[in-house]
Amino acid sequence: MSGETLLEIRGLTVGFDVPAGRLPAVAGVDLSLRRGEILALVGESGSGKSALSMSLVGLNRGPGAHIGGEVLFHGRDLVTAGERELRGVRGKDIAVVFQDSLAALNPTQRIGDQVAEMIRAHRKVTRGQAGRRAEELLGEVGIAGPAQAARAYPHQLSGGMRQRVMIAIGLANDPAVLIADEPTTALDVTIQAQVLRLLTKLQSEHGTAIVLITHDLGVVAEVADRVAVMYAGRIIEQGTRDEVLFDPQHPYTMGLLSSVPRVDGPAVARLPAIAGNPLTGVARPAGCAFAPRCPFAHDACRAEMPPLRRRYGGTAHVDRCVLDDAARTRARGALEVLAP
Amino acid sequence: MKLPTPLIELEKLRVDFGGSGGRRVRAVRDVDLTIYQGETLGLVGESGCGKSTLGRATVRVTEPTGGTIRYLGADITTLRGAHFRQTRAELQMVFQDPFGSLNPRRTVADIVAEPLLRARRTPRPEARRIVDDLLDQVGLGREAGTRRPHEFSGGQRQRIGIARALAPAPTFVVADEPVSALDVSIQAQVINLLADLIRERGLTMLFISHDLGVVRHIADRIAVMYLGEIIEIASRDDFFAGPAHPYGEALLSSVPTLSRQPRRERIELTGDLPDPAAPPAGCTFHTRCRYAVDRCRTEAPALTEVAAGRQVRCHFPLLPVKGPA
Repeated sequence: MSGETLLEIRGLTVGFDVPAGRLPAVAGVDLSLRRGEILALVGESGSGKSALSMSLVGLNRGPGAHIGGEVLFHGRDLVTAGERELRGVRGKDIAVVFQDSLAALNPTQRIGDQVAEMIRAHRKVTRGQAGRRAEELLGEVGIAGPAQAARAYPHQLSGGMRQRVMIAIGLANDPAVLIADEPTTALDVTIQAQVLRLLTKLQSEHGTAIVLITHDLGVVAEVADRVAVMYAGRIIEQGTRDEVLFDPQHPYTMGLLSSVPRVDGPAVARLPAIAGNPLTGVARPAGCAFAPRCPFAHDACRAEMPPLRRRYGGTAHVDRCVLDDAARTRARGALEVLAP
Repeated sequence: MKLPTPLIELEKLRVDFGGSGGRRVRAVRDVDLTIYQGETLGLVGESGCGKSTLGRATVRVTEPTGGTIRYLGADITTLRGAHFRQTRAELQMVFQDPFGSLNPRRTVADIVAEPLLRARRTPRPEARRIVDDLLDQVGLGREAGTRRPHEFSGGQRQRIGIARALAPAPTFVVADEPVSALDVSIQAQVINLLADLIRERGLTMLFISHDLGVVRHIADRIAVMYLGEIIEIASRDDFFAGPAHPYGEALLSSVPTLSRQPRRERIELTGDLPDPAAPPAGCTFHTRCRYAVDRCRTEAPALTEVAAGRQVRCHFPLLPVKGPA
């Protein structure tokens, strides 16, 4: 998965004006996406993972939104690109699949027409050609009886079917990048398994690069190549799937991993929970944003936000924690993080 | 070990929705289920399987269409008036949505005290004391009582919902997806809180969840539902060691796991849940079952005991050897 860099994010910030001031949803993120990889963006509510992904294609512009930094795609900066230019990229080169397929689909339009519309928005094809391609796409995403499904309205389909339709719309123009925001969160596990398999198939057969936004670490373990963990608008740890999940370096990542109730391994009597709540307001502590909840925090943590850099992990494994190697080992032990 | 005492016994419990005009959906279809004193029974299944409806019908938040509910041996299915109010105080519910289920206009203390004043007719000063103790116990602190729900985060609101359910000192609590709306780190806090309360108060609980990992950490026994019926009942350890029903097997195998190794073979269910208004003939799972044979398409299996404490609704349970007979 060491393909060329497709999307380069530099110093991205997203702030929203709220009654209490300006909410720093994304507080400076550097990230690159390579061709054909699945990059998981992990975090809890308010971590900024959705705000980050929406600003990649200019979907959260508007009054009260302040977006800074750069998102470079084929030499263009999508942060400063005009709306017209963005419309040419969105849905064609970079497609977005949302969690809530019922809200994202037009309830009064047939499924097939909605897929065909996306094709015709970016290509000069006839209505008939677009319609036939739409049916093909519905078949490709695993919808049984695609011709019949194309004539259905969104409410006539199940949640799993609608999510596939969303993916079919996303794939309509064979995008280089697919941003999938919690694509399986509303689905039952048996349907989730089908959708995840579809995503990995896209990656392997079409070379699509996928940004998978999720809070589910099991899903990450299942499909991701690389993982970026977000907390309070910043990436606090980043590395390969194996590095982040099986050699976690940041106490927040460790805490997340150990608080997942698992169906395998020993059934522990108590889950090692992370105390306190995620940051939600506009105020941020001076030092590490996780320090107020971190059982291993000391004075150095409250002084300044540690930079994201390689410390004790693998070659591309970076984190924002000042703890030394011995303290990290103790933290992993205290949080009962399972050995690899 | 003393013999378990049944606390709740459901017999042929049925809940139908719709009716005249629309199509009738049988959400809960003749469920027989016993919940023993002091246990936590985990009720699992996918959306639309009827698990929430069954939970609500058990405490008559939704009125059953047929069958009986016994509480400590007494039939409470049609109990009315003062008798029902007293019984209702013993049977409480915690809901999934910590945002929609709390009245935003009232203080937390009022919200928590309400079932106590209404069902138990507790005098106000005593109610006040009970509420303060409860708010301490669920980790909010008694000073939270003067505030309103919107001032709290999702996890804290769920603690308010739990305090409210526990206020009338119930013996039995139905918890319907109580941690599903919460972030992972908060979810673990609330699971631990529930586990503590169950132990300290000797609660009996029906814990409804679609999340098998969560259920594994809190339940003593597991019941699996599919299309309105219970298709497997087993002890927690037996179930997670290997479900006996092909649906349970597929469900467990679909859960993404945090393991380094590429996972074992996944049993992928094809297709969607059949329309609950027109369930398939024979075994209702046969349309998605990889082991189905002709008999499954015509003859509906009964929930049968296949081992001590283990019941399965399948002609070819995956026991004692793996795979169908």
